[in-house]
Amino acid sequence: METEAAALEQLEARISALENPPKKMTLVVMSGDMDKLFGAFIIATGAAAMGIDVVMFFTFWGLRALKKAEAKHGKSFFGRMIGMGMFEGGGIEKANPSHYSFGGMGRWMFGKMMRANNVASLPELRELAVNLGVRMYGCQMSMDVMEIPQECFIDGCQEPVGVGFMLMEAQESQIQFFI
Amino acid sequence: MSDITPDLELDLKGLLCPMPMVKVSQNIGSVPVGGVIRAVATDAGSMADIPAWAKSTGNEVLQAEKVGDEFVFLVKRVK
Repeated sequence: METEAAALEQLEARISALENPPKKMTLVVMSGDMDKLFGAFIIATGAAAMGIDVVMFFTFWGLRALKKAEAKHGKSFFGRMIGMGMFEGGGIEKANPSHYSFGGMGRWMFGKMMRANNVASLPELRELAVNLGVRMYGCQMSMDVMEIPQECFIDGCQEPVGVGFMLMEAQESQIQFFI
Repeated sequence: MSDITPDLELDLKGLLCPMPMVKVSQNIGSVPVGGVIRAVATDAGSMADIPAWAKSTGNEVLQAEKVGDEFVFLVKRVK
């Protein structure tokens, strides 16, 4: 009888876990554009506020979102070019909008318009995400290719991972985004 | 509804998405279970967002009302 009761209890626990799975969301952020990073961080912080476990993976141009403002990196000629902040380089503060970029003018223009409307800045949203327990990972492969070491990233960022880890998290998530 | 005395007043005026919802979420733990937050926002989107937040987190919106240019919420902590 006792084993039956224990088995029943176990079964009830399993059914309850199936019926109320932990809420989780996975975002893959490939873009380093200002507007797309706004989208990613607003979704992430909003979801975290709603009690959803949020996991963000940053790859390729998206890695910019994890960089400290003063980060300099790169060994090879091309790597240094990316690291110096020329062209597509720089940290989250240097993100240009995907349209109306105008060689940096667009960033200034949208920044001004957003401040006028009291929208939180990208560095503020990123800090909020860290404070709300959002987990952020850099993609190891694109970090190697672009010669961006983990030391360039802000505190509160997790150690780099690969696609397998991302897929495991995505598989457990009810919501997935690719930005 | 006006006979409810809130345990906490939140001024969310001027804040835009996602901040009104985030601020309610960050402050709900500071009122006791059964306690009420009165929040005043100016972001029209919060009329949809704060009830959705409450539904998702298992809390209760007692009131979501447009008063002039402001949106006034009474949010009850359920658990």
